[in-house]
Amino acid sequence: MSEAEEKNEGSLWRRLKDGLSKSRGALAEGVGNLLLGEKEVDESVLEELETALLLTDVGVDATQDIMAALSQRVRRRELNDTTALHAALAKLLKDMLVPLARPFAVSDAKPFVVFFVGVNGVGKTTTIGKLARRLQKEGKSVLLAAGDTFRAAAVEQLKVWGERNGVDVIAQDQGADSASVVYDAVQAAAARGHGVVLADTAGRLQAKTNLMEELKKIRRVVSRLDDEAPHEVLLVLDAGVGQNALGQVEEFDAAIMLSGLVITKLDGSARAGILFAIAHKLKKQGRKLPVYFVGVGESVEDLRPFEPGAFVDALLALDIEGGQSS
Amino acid sequence: MFDSLSDRLTQTLRGISGKARLTEENVADALRDVRMALLEADVALPVVREFIEKVKTAALGTVVGTQLNPGEAFVKIVHAQLVAVMGEANDGLNLATTPPAVVLMAGLQGAGKTTTVAKLARYLQERDKKKVAVVSADVYRPAAIDQLETLAGEVGASFIASSQDEAPLAIAERAIEEAKKQFADVLIIDTAGRLAIDEGMMNEIRTLQAGVRPIETLFVVDAMTGQDAANTARAFNDVLELTGVVLAKADGDARGGAALSVRHITGKPVKFLGMGEKSDALEPFHPDRLASRILGMGDVLSLIEEAERKVDKKKAQKLARKLSRGRKFDLEDFRDQLQQMASMGGVANMLEKMPGMNQLPQGAQAQLDDGRFKQMSVIIDSMTPHERRFPGVITGSRKQRIARGSGMAVPDVNRLLKQHKQVQKMMKKVTRKGGMQKMMRGMQGAHPPPPGARR
Repeated sequence: MSEAEEKNEGSLWRRLKDGLSKSRGALAEGVGNLLLGEKEVDESVLEELETALLLTDVGVDATQDIMAALSQRVRRRELNDTTALHAALAKLLKDMLVPLARPFAVSDAKPFVVFFVGVNGVGKTTTIGKLARRLQKEGKSVLLAAGDTFRAAAVEQLKVWGERNGVDVIAQDQGADSASVVYDAVQAAAARGHGVVLADTAGRLQAKTNLMEELKKIRRVVSRLDDEAPHEVLLVLDAGVGQNALGQVEEFDAAIMLSGLVITKLDGSARAGILFAIAHKLKKQGRKLPVYFVGVGESVEDLRPFEPGAFVDALLALDIEGGQSS
Repeated sequence: MFDSLSDRLTQTLRGISGKARLTEENVADALRDVRMALLEADVALPVVREFIEKVKTAALGTVVGTQLNPGEAFVKIVHAQLVAVMGEANDGLNLATTPPAVVLMAGLQGAGKTTTVAKLARYLQERDKKKVAVVSADVYRPAAIDQLETLAGEVGASFIASSQDEAPLAIAERAIEEAKKQFADVLIIDTAGRLAIDEGMMNEIRTLQAGVRPIETLFVVDAMTGQDAANTARAFNDVLELTGVVLAKADGDARGGAALSVRHITGKPVKFLGMGEKSDALEPFHPDRLASRILGMGDVLSLIEEAERKVDKKKAQKLARKLSRGRKFDLEDFRDQLQQMASMGGVANMLEKMPGMNQLPQGAQAQLDDGRFKQMSVIIDSMTPHERRFPGVITGSRKQRIARGSGMAVPDVNRLLKQHKQVQKMMKKVTRKGGMQKMMRGMQGAHPPPPGARR
């Protein structure tokens, strides 16, 4: 590991905060106003808070539930001033996300197979590049499978990532059968002794039935080599996505049985408030789906494990480095 | 796209249609539903607020008891406001300048810029008979330039090479010279995706725009974007002189509220919709039609335009002549029809534009799989020419042979023959005088009328 990388790793929180600070925008503004001068909590404060939540893509359902919980406590005089309200909000939001936190762990399956799926343009290939680097640093031997055989130059893009990281890429030509590429890769990894296979797939909109069938086929074919494979199926979500993400989670889960989520592009002005909507819906359904990573920048080191406390604190503009993260 | 928003509004408005008059109370109910629906469709909150205010003002001022009933009047108001937010009429590209007309693309990472470049090149070549050159100034994303090269090859546009070692402005300037030499009418410049808050990158594209002075600068936005669409659009609009917007990935089930937000915030027209992965899947954006579609009134105009463009006219005329001479609609004709349907983007695409079709259950819509039409073509392919012309001769053993030849089962063959008979019957009606009108009336009766439609 280079010195620069060490340094980056050391200032993880700064980077996450830097990334998220830009995304504070609306929610921080709304909540910032709440914090100013211990105002009494009245209707207009609550309305402001509701607006802030909606502007962060928290969604109508989840926002209504959050507001109902907080309003009830305000009525019971449990939250008399805005400081108390703010603290209650932070706790509530963290509690919502806690079920989504689970570290990404590679078992000793030979090889451990990870699929990356999602709609077009969310950053699947880039995420694979970054995760490959991360796993290498943990001492894993990684093989990449260029399963996106549809998009022009997707194979080349993955190969560039392979070169950067010194990782082999199993690929066929554009237009080849995606399932066969991934199958080859898993076989090759077993033969060459690679511990992890990261398999790219073409971006697809969840409403396209035939493309979702193709995903099922990839799973079917790979499970012939190993009953347990794929060991992880990660849905990659763009931080800027709106309520359509709920449908993405649902449809991809129905088609290929997801095991986790990755949020990309959190370094922009998008706030990924959709995570609360997703958490809210998953809870209702009794379904558990962890968020393994968040992407907070363009460089290889910018893929970070998801930490609900830090995420909410950064969103609410609390001082992370001051150690307030509960 | 817009399915759910349209469902919601249709539902809400249906409730109001049943009431005798517009009261402040029932308008408030409907407005709350409209607000929720718009928020769930990811329309930016400030835009929703303004929209609701306008609808409310207009609705409460409406005198009940004129030509329209209260429900219809309300639909009309919402429709008019939707159109107003999305822009009055379709704006095409402005290419009236000394060639090459330079078109610059801008947007976030993964919005769909490169795909849109290829689609736009094809669109301008096929519809406007322009000679189009493309160049990539994306020197950051691995293989971005390769991607454009491949796509340019697919759509037959001239690809001007560039490399990651060059500066974007240098690439663009060189490309303009090159395009002049090639006598290209249009040069489309692809750029790297960038975050609106990345000052360095935003400066880069500002410099690029100032340097090449494009006649069109198109902001590409993902139809699935949430509330951030408003922030991003504002930031790009502040830095660049945008001339229009392309809504990419609008063929999914995203409700596409981003279109309303971006239009409202930038004041720039949405010019195109990206409607699929293939390079011909770019459609001009028609605000009035989309507003109708949102309200469940269908988009028949687009459908007709598409049919005119894609249907093989010679074949159609030949068929018309044949039928008018009293000849039968045989299996060869049936196969032609199936193939033309496929070339129009398939049944699902057509249905999406038909009035009332969004009221079909989702499951039923998914079943209208275009794979089935391919299967039907294959079955017909496995017949002898004689069988195709005279389907009556197809008996038991012939059916078995056809089924084996096409990899289907005999019941599939039976189904195909039955469907052919039905279509044949319909064709007979159409070719009779006034048959078409009668059939259309019949179709209308089959579906619940769209809200506000006058019977």
